Amino acid sequence: MPKDYGIGASTKRREDVRFLSGRGNYTDDLTLHGQTFAVFVRSNVAHGRIKAINTATAAKMPGVLAIFTGEDFKDVGGNPAGWLINSRDGTPMREPKRPVLAHGKVRHVGDAYAAVIAETYNQAKDAAQQLADDSDIEELPAIIDMKKAVADASNRVHDEIPDNLCFDWGWIEDNRAAVDEAFKTAPHVTTLELVNNRLVPNAMEPRSSIGEYFPGTGDYKLTTTSQNPHLTRLLVSAFVLGIPENKLTVVAPDVGGGFGSKIYHYGEEALVLAASRKLGRPVRWTAERSESFLTDAHGRDHVTKIEMASTKDGEILAIRTETLANVGAYLSNFSTATPTFLHGTLMAGPYKVPHVYVNVKTVFTNTAPVDAYRGAGRPEATFSIERVVDKMCRELGLDPFEVRRKNLLTPDQFPYTTPVGLVYDTGNYQATLDKLIELADVAGFDKRAAASKAKGKLRGMGLSTWIEACGIAPSNLVGVLGSRVGLYDAATVRVNATGNISVMVGAHSHGQGHETVFAQIVAEQLGIPEASVEIVHGDTSKIPFGMGSYGSRSLAVCGTAMTKAVDKIIAKGKKIAAHMLEASEDDIVFNDGKFSVTGTDKAKTFGEIAFSAYVPHNYPLETLEPGLEETAFYDPANFTYPAGAYLCEVEVDPETGKVDIAAFTCADDFGHVMNPMIVEGQVHGGVGQGIGQALLENTTYDENGQLLTASYMDYAMPRADDVPFYTVDHSCVTPCTHNPLGVKGCGEAGAIGTPPAVVNAVIDALHRGGMTHVAHIDMPVSPARVWAAING
Amino acid sequence: MHNFDFVKPSSIADAVKALSHEGAQALSGGQTLTPTMKQRLAAPTVLVSLTGIAEMKGVCMGDDGLSIGAATTHATVAAEAAKSYPALAKLAAGIGDPAVRNRGTIGGSLANNDPAACYPAAVLASGATVMTNRRKIAADDYFQGMFTTALEEGEIITGVTFPVPQKAAYVKFNQPASRFALTAVFVAKFADGVRVAVTGASNNGVFRWTEAEAALSGNFAASAVAGLTVDPTGMIGDLHGTPAYRANLVKVLTKRAVDAAA
Repeated sequence: MPKDYGIGASTKRREDVRFLSGRGNYTDDLTLHGQTFAVFVRSNVAHGRIKAINTATAAKMPGVLAIFTGEDFKDVGGNPAGWLINSRDGTPMREPKRPVLAHGKVRHVGDAYAAVIAETYNQAKDAAQQLADDSDIEELPAIIDMKKAVADASNRVHDEIPDNLCFDWGWIEDNRAAVDEAFKTAPHVTTLELVNNRLVPNAMEPRSSIGEYFPGTGDYKLTTTSQNPHLTRLLVSAFVLGIPENKLTVVAPDVGGGFGSKIYHYGEEALVLAASRKLGRPVRWTAERSESFLTDAHGRDHVTKIEMASTKDGEILAIRTETLANVGAYLSNFSTATPTFLHGTLMAGPYKVPHVYVNVKTVFTNTAPVDAYRGAGRPEATFSIERVVDKMCRELGLDPFEVRRKNLLTPDQFPYTTPVGLVYDTGNYQATLDKLIELADVAGFDKRAAASKAKGKLRGMGLSTWIEACGIAPSNLVGVLGSRVGLYDAATVRVNATGNISVMVGAHSHGQGHETVFAQIVAEQLGIPEASVEIVHGDTSKIPFGMGSYGSRSLAVCGTAMTKAVDKIIAKGKKIAAHMLEASEDDIVFNDGKFSVTGTDKAKTFGEIAFSAYVPHNYPLETLEPGLEETAFYDPANFTYPAGAYLCEVEVDPETGKVDIAAFTCADDFGHVMNPMIVEGQVHGGVGQGIGQALLENTTYDENGQLLTASYMDYAMPRADDVPFYTVDHSCVTPCTHNPLGVKGCGEAGAIGTPPAVVNAVIDALHRGGMTHVAHIDMPVSPARVWAAING
Repeated sequence: MHNFDFVKPSSIADAVKALSHEGAQALSGGQTLTPTMKQRLAAPTVLVSLTGIAEMKGVCMGDDGLSIGAATTHATVAAEAAKSYPALAKLAAGIGDPAVRNRGTIGGSLANNDPAACYPAAVLASGATVMTNRRKIAADDYFQGMFTTALEEGEIITGVTFPVPQKAAYVKFNQPASRFALTAVFVAKFADGVRVAVTGASNNGVFRWTEAEAALSGNFAASAVAGLTVDPTGMIGDLHGTPAYRANLVKVLTKRAVDAAA
């Protein structure tokens, strides 16, 4: 019988009732007395010098209350990068200032250089149009292509950076000579040049922010679409506007998806606060969908050459990569960590590879900033590795299942220190591979391929065995590596007098289901009904300083803080119970919601203890404070390492090049699973995004820096009929060794493991169909690209 | 979106009168015009709705064929033409999504003449007649290139009359993002010959593939077009496909349409 309560139960998501019945409370749902509307004036050229912004006419238009330009913010701080990367030669990365509004130059289409505040949205819109017409921006040549950006020193995104290079990073530089040596002597070298396509995050809810200033107290409030309200508060207050941190409250209410893009602080948030201070009225802004396309931090965008040295029978000897990573026009908050420590450190994959060296050059271009997007660096690493392994198998005539089995780490090898600096604590990659082969009925493939052939289709199967590092990670370690923030999390467990519980968590739920899962865990720990536990998140005035949600960290890091706070509650409860039951504290045991004296039938319920803590008539007041509320901060000892094996089966229509996903099977090891239904949902979503990247999503700038895919007319998002019914499994469990729940994280897995499985399947189908000249097709593997490859 | 006045006349005469005002614009289902207005790329001062005019709505079989009022939604055509002209009903059922199909109209689609729209292929392949408040226009004269038609200033499409072929099929290859036709082919076999219309492929909008028509009129089988080639010159090249790719699709989809019709 599956559990129907607590840890391991598929409790239905309590938050879905409000989301699905139109009762959510999103930023744009909020209506405030005296509110005003901000509209941003955005560059329609990719690169230009701002010669003049004539505000006179716009300022006199009906309803206009204020106009801001870059000039108004030139003396406040810039939006900083959160991670310092040093180049191979030891010099620090180049960090151009990212202003609230562009000043001097505009650097990408959509770059905001002015803002209009008006009584109504339409009035602000009209005046913004006027202001755009009254602006003199001298168009400069756009820098779009990364190779050209690095090669042409005459054309600069930032005037002070001659080669458009942010940094040239080597990981690990000291290993380079040994890696090069391994390549010299290797019996076989497989080389693959590939593009990891740029993606637009496309959260269902566009970014939205409301700034409020309260002149009576000097307090500020920012309601905004954020995945981490405390981080946003820190950035806005301390770095950008110089507001005392304790005078600013940041609230991220219901947030409709983030996928990374709402981790970061954006200039619009600072603008609505500054404008509210000036006007003494609330100032609100919600992105139009086209603004989302143009200004949300994009994802991926790597151009990589990967080489794999191996024996003739497929034993991997060394991996070497060179990557150009597009960072766009400005450094978004974690844009420098994503292509480096979230990418290079994963380049050994789940394999025992003696030698690995990664080189990443990060390049400024006149495009939207690029930052972490679901998976963040790890999909890029996984795609490179899993594609080149597959290509190696093809070149050597080897079976891709057997080659992976030969190279996968074995359970007896953990903990395993990779040549790129991580320590994998535990895993059983053979188990997930075996489970996959069984679930996907690999043995029956030939029969299915024959059925496809009878319909004129080519069938192929593609494998990926992936690993990721989640729950990032010990603060002292990331500090050494350049992180400018800590990566702990925090939770406060407040037991109310009536025995029900409010849990204030630093993690932020923007679709994941924390309100349900976290309540399941607390309920199980305390032996009380799930309905007695309320999860509070997203408001810096209510929750402890936490680092928010991204990188599949919420459960592994914040969930651990929460369980530790509950442990403190239980410990205090034992003291209270010992007093009430006139027993020694050492003799009190807590089980099924009861504190009892061991070996007797004397007991107090959790509710009785809670009541006693707040009505302390019979209470050890001389040795114990009243009340029952505990906070814990938790800084993880290591990353967690979810891993798994995915198999994609495709049917390719050779006449049109159309690829249909015929079957998709996942065998994952996420450690212990708290709510199987939610985990499956996360995998479904991640695989869907992975299929989107592999087959559909094609962010394209033309040579002038115009975004050609700036709407859903040209940017293809996966729809229900683009994806199959998935088979997902998480029965292979090697619990994480360093957190008490034994959990690893599941949010990004699908987006990481899927793209190479899909592309490998397409290449397999073409090879089985006799088109052996097709070694690689870049994502998205669109019908036109497949057809061109077949006929190329 | 800019402010505008909205009128909803109940007769064609009143609609024509309303449209004579400076800055007036006809609105049918609004599936193209409304997004354009929201992007502030169009700013009509008066919108004249055509969806309140009873004589411009409905699907009915008559001596000349199947007559469809211009303000009839795709969803209605999909439901009501299913028996009389199944290929046309199927085309209508494949336009956009349910929201689009329940707002968008055949007249709106034909007046706009998007080069990737579905209906122009059916109208041209069927040799249909476009009825306006002034005249009847043969399909072969109506489509005059991308977003260009024979309609004059102030002229309103009131309906379309389709001769019903013996056999017909529409095969559409979706543009992956918009799900308009990346290329689509409508094949219609009449007693006196076969007509083949292609949408989505050409810089000049919907066109007839006359070589295929000749071949299929002699032998209505996919094999009849196997030996033909399609010249990519003048085909659309964009993010979603090169001219050569679209030329390939024209032939592949024509074969499939013949198979589907036969």
